[in-house]
Amino acid sequence: MFDIEVNNLTKRFGDFTAVDALTFTVEHGEIFGLLGPNGAGKSTLIRMLTTLVPPTSGTARVNGFDIARQANDVRQSIGVIPQAMTSDLELSAVENLTIFAKLYGIGRERRKRTIAQLLKDVDLTQWADKPVKMFSGGMRRRLEIARGLVHEPKIFFLDEPTTGLDPVSRVAVWEMLARLKRERDLTILVTTHYMDEADKLCDRVAIVDHGKLAALDSPLKLKSSIPGKNILEVSFGNVPAGWAQTLNALPDVAEVKSEDNIFRISSNNGPRTTVELLQAARNADVSVASLSVQSTTLDDVFVHYTGHQLRDALQAPNAAESPFIFNRG
Amino acid sequence: MHRIWAIIERDLRRFRRSPVLVMMSVFMPLVQLVVLGYAFGGKIKNLQVGVVDEDHQVPAIRWHEMFQALAANAKTFTPIYYSDRQSALNDLRNGKINGVIDVPPEFSRKVLAGANPRIALIEDNTDQFASSALEGSVNAMLPAANAPATPGRTSANVTLSVVEVYPYVPYIQFLLPGVIVLAVFISAMIGGGIIFIDDKARGLHEGYLVTPIRKYELIFGFTLAGTAKAIIAGVVLITVGSIIAGIPDPLNPLRLARMLLLVVATALALITMMFLLMVRVSDPLVPRAVFGMLNTVLYFPSGAVYPTQSFPRWMQFISVIDPFSYAVHGFKQLALKNTGLMAVSGDLLFLFGFTAVAITAATLLFRRTL
Repeated sequence: MFDIEVNNLTKRFGDFTAVDALTFTVEHGEIFGLLGPNGAGKSTLIRMLTTLVPPTSGTARVNGFDIARQANDVRQSIGVIPQAMTSDLELSAVENLTIFAKLYGIGRERRKRTIAQLLKDVDLTQWADKPVKMFSGGMRRRLEIARGLVHEPKIFFLDEPTTGLDPVSRVAVWEMLARLKRERDLTILVTTHYMDEADKLCDRVAIVDHGKLAALDSPLKLKSSIPGKNILEVSFGNVPAGWAQTLNALPDVAEVKSEDNIFRISSNNGPRTTVELLQAARNADVSVASLSVQSTTLDDVFVHYTGHQLRDALQAPNAAESPFIFNRG
Repeated sequence: MHRIWAIIERDLRRFRRSPVLVMMSVFMPLVQLVVLGYAFGGKIKNLQVGVVDEDHQVPAIRWHEMFQALAANAKTFTPIYYSDRQSALNDLRNGKINGVIDVPPEFSRKVLAGANPRIALIEDNTDQFASSALEGSVNAMLPAANAPATPGRTSANVTLSVVEVYPYVPYIQFLLPGVIVLAVFISAMIGGGIIFIDDKARGLHEGYLVTPIRKYELIFGFTLAGTAKAIIAGVVLITVGSIIAGIPDPLNPLRLARMLLLVVATALALITMMFLLMVRVSDPLVPRAVFGMLNTVLYFPSGAVYPTQSFPRWMQFISVIDPFSYAVHGFKQLALKNTGLMAVSGDLLFLFGFTAVAITAATLLFRRTL
C-alpha cells in the first residue's frame, strides 16, 4: 500500500483547470517533491490531498483513506504546513503548540512531553515562552513545522515551506525536515518552486505545469533523462558562416542553441566536447572569448519538460495582505 | 468539547494581549453615553429672543416683567428689546436671535375690552428643539397673564397633578440601555465580524480546517469566545455606565445579576447574528463596510435613542425583528425600573430564540472547505 495514491485527480474553477487528471503514488518514507512555478496547480493539489478543497473528479487516498469519503481519518493522519505563516503572533511558541495539541485531543501528559521534544527538535526551546511576533521568518516556519507534527502524524504536507526565507534559514529547514523524516518515520510531500531545494531534499520529484504532470522520477534520473548531461556556454570573438553546424557535428553534442556570438551546447560528455571544441576553434582560426561547463540542473530538466523557463516567484496578491486587515502585532 | 475549549482559549489569550480591542469595545460606548447623554439631556437655556413692544401700556409691561423673571430664574431665554419689528425680524433671519415676541398696537385696549388679545411668537423653526422650548416657556406664561388681578378663594378650573412612578430619569439614564447594547454590538462586530474575517484571510482558519475539528465545534468555539469578550464589554457598561449615568444604587448585586443574564442573552444573539452574516464572507473590507450600516439599521430603530411609538410603520417592523429592540427594552426595565426577571422574560425568550435560529443557520451555511 502506498501512503499517497492519486488517481486522475482533477480540480476545475469554472473554466479554469487548476489540476488536470494527475496520477501518481508516494511510497512510505519518501520525501516527494512537487515542483513547478506559481500557478502550476501545486497548492490546489496539496489542498485537495489535505481535504481543504474538494476535487472535481478523480480520487485520492492518503494513508489508505479516501480524501472525499473519509476526510476526518485523513485529517487525523496528516500534518499540514500551509503556504502562509499562520501562527498566532500574540501567543508564545508553547501556547501555539498547546492549542493545536488540544484541537487534536492530545491529553495533558503526552502534550507536555511532545511539545518539549518538538521544540527541541526545531531548536526553539530557549524561545518557548516568547511571543511569536518577536520571531524571525525562519523561526516562525520552524515553529509551524513543530505545530504540524504535534499529533505525531504519519504523513507531512508542506506547501512551499521555504518561500520568503533567507538562504541560511532555508538550509536549516531542509536539514530539519530530513532529520525529522528519519527520526519520526515520516512520509513527506513538499511543494516548492526552488529547483535546488527539490534537488537536495527530495527522493523523487514530480514536475507539474498547468496542472499536468510533466515528469516524475528521482532528481538524478530526471537530470540524466534529458539530452545533454553538461551544458557548455561559449562565446567566440568571430563566428564564421556555418559555425553552428560545425559545433553540432562535434562528438557527443546533443543540441546547439545560439544568440549572437554566444553558444549554448548540450553535451553527453562535457570534457570530451570541450577538448574537441577548442581544437575545432583553433583549426578554423576562431578565437574563444569565454567558456564555461555546467552540469545539468533541475532547471534544465524543467525547461526540457515544460518548454519554458521557470517563471518568476512573484506571489499573487492575497487577502492576507489587504490594507484593511487589523494589525495585531 | 475539548476542541471547543481550545478555540475559546486561543481567542481569549489573543484578546487579553490586545488591550486595544478591549478599549475599543468599551471606551467608545462610554464616550457616547457621556457625550450624547449630556448633549441631548440638558434643558435648553439662554436663547436670545427679540421683544418688540408696539403697545407700551400696562398690560404689555406686565409681559415684560414676566420675561425678566424668566431670564433671571429658568433662564430659558433672554429678552432683547427692539424698537421696530422689521429689525427684529432681520436679526431672526440672520440667526442673531432665536425668536421674536411681538406685542402689537392696541394689545392693551383689547385686553381691557376682553376682545381676544393676541401676542405673536415668531420662531426659527429650523431648530425644532429650540423653538419648542421657546413655545413651551411662552405658553407657560399664559395662565399667569390671564389670571384675574384678584383671584377668588376657590376655582372651578381643572388642574393636572402629575405623579411620576420612578425618580426623575435624565436623558443620560434613558440612553444607558442603548449604550450597553451598543457596547455588546461593537464587541460582536470586532470579535465576530472583523477579526473572524481577518483570521480567515490570513489563513488561520486553514490551520483549523486541517485538524479533525467538526463544523459545529468551530462555530460554537467562535461563538462562545466572542460572547465572552462581548460580556466583558457589557459588564463594564452595566457597572461603570450605571455609575456615570447616575442610576440610583448602581451596584445593587441583585440587579447586576439580572442585567448580567440579559448581557449574556444579548451577546449570544448579536454574535450569532454576526457569524450568520459573515459565514460566507472572505473579503476583509466587507465587515468594515457593513459596520456603519448595521449600526444604523439596528441601533436607531430599537428605541434606544427615541421612542419607537413615533416611528413610521416600516420602521416599527424593523424594531419588531431587531434583537437590539428586545435588549434595549430589557435593560430599560432592569436599569431604570429595577424590575424582576419576569418583566424581561419576553425579551430573554426572543434573544435566546434568535440565538438558536442564527447559530443553526450559521452552522448549516459554514463551509468546512476553502
